[in-house]
Amino acid sequence: MISPVVYLARHMQVMLATLGQMVRSPMSNLMTIAVMGIALALPAGLHIILKNVQQVTAQWDGAAQISLFLKQTVTDKQANQLASILQQRQDIKSVTSITRIEALEEFRQNSGFGEALEALEDNPFPAVIVIYPTEQSDNLPTLQGMLASFKKHPEVELAQLDMQWLKRLYAIMDFGRRGIWVLAAMLSLSVLLVVGNTIRLAIQNRRDEIEIIKLIGGTDAFIRRPFLYTGFWYGLSGGILSWLLVTLSIWLISEPVSQLATLYNSDYSLSSLDISSSFILLGLSISLGLAGSWLAVSRHLHAVEPE
Amino acid sequence: MIEFHNVSKRYPGFGDALSQISFKLASGELAFLTGHSGAGKSTLLKLIAVLIRPTNGQVLVNNENIGHISRRRIPYVRRNVGIIFQDHKLLFDRTVFDNVALPLVISGLSHREIGRRVRASLDKVGLLSKEKALPVTLSGGQQQRVGIARAVVNKPPILLADEPTGNLDPELSREIMDLFAQFQQVGVSVLIASHDLDLIGQMGSKVLTLNEGKMVAGGMRNALREHLR
Repeated sequence: MISPVVYLARHMQVMLATLGQMVRSPMSNLMTIAVMGIALALPAGLHIILKNVQQVTAQWDGAAQISLFLKQTVTDKQANQLASILQQRQDIKSVTSITRIEALEEFRQNSGFGEALEALEDNPFPAVIVIYPTEQSDNLPTLQGMLASFKKHPEVELAQLDMQWLKRLYAIMDFGRRGIWVLAAMLSLSVLLVVGNTIRLAIQNRRDEIEIIKLIGGTDAFIRRPFLYTGFWYGLSGGILSWLLVTLSIWLISEPVSQLATLYNSDYSLSSLDISSSFILLGLSISLGLAGSWLAVSRHLHAVEPE
Repeated sequence: MIEFHNVSKRYPGFGDALSQISFKLASGELAFLTGHSGAGKSTLLKLIAVLIRPTNGQVLVNNENIGHISRRRIPYVRRNVGIIFQDHKLLFDRTVFDNVALPLVISGLSHREIGRRVRASLDKVGLLSKEKALPVTLSGGQQQRVGIARAVVNKPPILLADEPTGNLDPELSREIMDLFAQFQQVGVSVLIASHDLDLIGQMGSKVLTLNEGKMVAGGMRNALREHLR
């Protein structure tokens, strides 16, 4: 029986020998590695962008507010009373009330349609109570419950949750996440096939060698080993290439992004692949390389039999 | 070491390549396998190397019935059978040393042990000075000897040779045969398929003659008669 030390040494030797073979014929191997790198960089890059978007929108989470548009007949005094009643609720952090006149003034100043208002006899604006929920209640089910309870107040004409756009954004991001998964799955499959095909060609090129090894008593495992290590190296180098591509791309767009952030008075900067994501990317790439070569080897090795 | 008991091999649609073959080859025995091309020599050798399976009968190699062994077991049977091919079957992208070392690498020997045994084997066939050469730079006779060195480097109890002198001149053929005789003397069972009857006559060894898949009794005399017919 083979001693473990010799067995390990053999593995190391095959591992280095296959690397040596790849280095000796760089062009065809680089093509395979480039295809793998690009195919993996695409979903990895999109994942990073989505993660960045998530980081940005996470800061907006506490931005939900509920606007209560009061009936035209409600006086300022009644509006203030309602505001102070609401203020006492546990799920409300703060309440701001805007009287009809304040609303008119605000519109006149900001909209640029001030003169058009002169033509109107009455103030068309309702009084508004803006409610900022507490952080604990800042989630969709609670907010919708609150919205329903506000609607029951007789003074309230219309209660509106200003979260629709956030909901839509989340829906878009969810769509994006699914899209990335589908894309990643499809590109992973193509990586699998690219490696499988490359290994299949390698098996065909070394047909004679495989036959001879089988004739002099080489086991399937012995014959399989160099091909699996080749797949491993493809996976590792493809993974490293995709990591470099993603990191380079993020670096290229980080400058304009931070300029954009400055314009929004934010010191936000784009984050790249962190250590755990990098290892996941490499691990995934190596697994795909191994799986692709395993697929090719198990499909095509039995076909090579000495006669 | 090798025993055939009523072995037949039938290829569907082509009839019997071998029928009812029985013979025994003991340790340290050298035998020639002769017959016309198509008589079944290659089929018989392939049965011993488990390249094909018998349709009927028992093939025993080292007392193991190899007719129905599992696929996984085949490599281990082949390690006990050194095979020498007419076309040498060397790897042309590797040095002589690496070619001869291959069976030992497969068996998982240590680096030092491999070096020692490969050099001993190359010394035996007189090619120690060529260990770093590529096979393509060697003559046909030298390539054949590299093939022999590879077949014996593992010290298998059985040696098979398929037309080992097919492309060699008489003098080189004689040298190769002398090598086989030396292995026989150290206890190896040697079975050589050949139609070089001059050479077989000189060796004075056991002769197994095949004719259309059947074993012909009578050894050398019948072999000659078969040949002349």
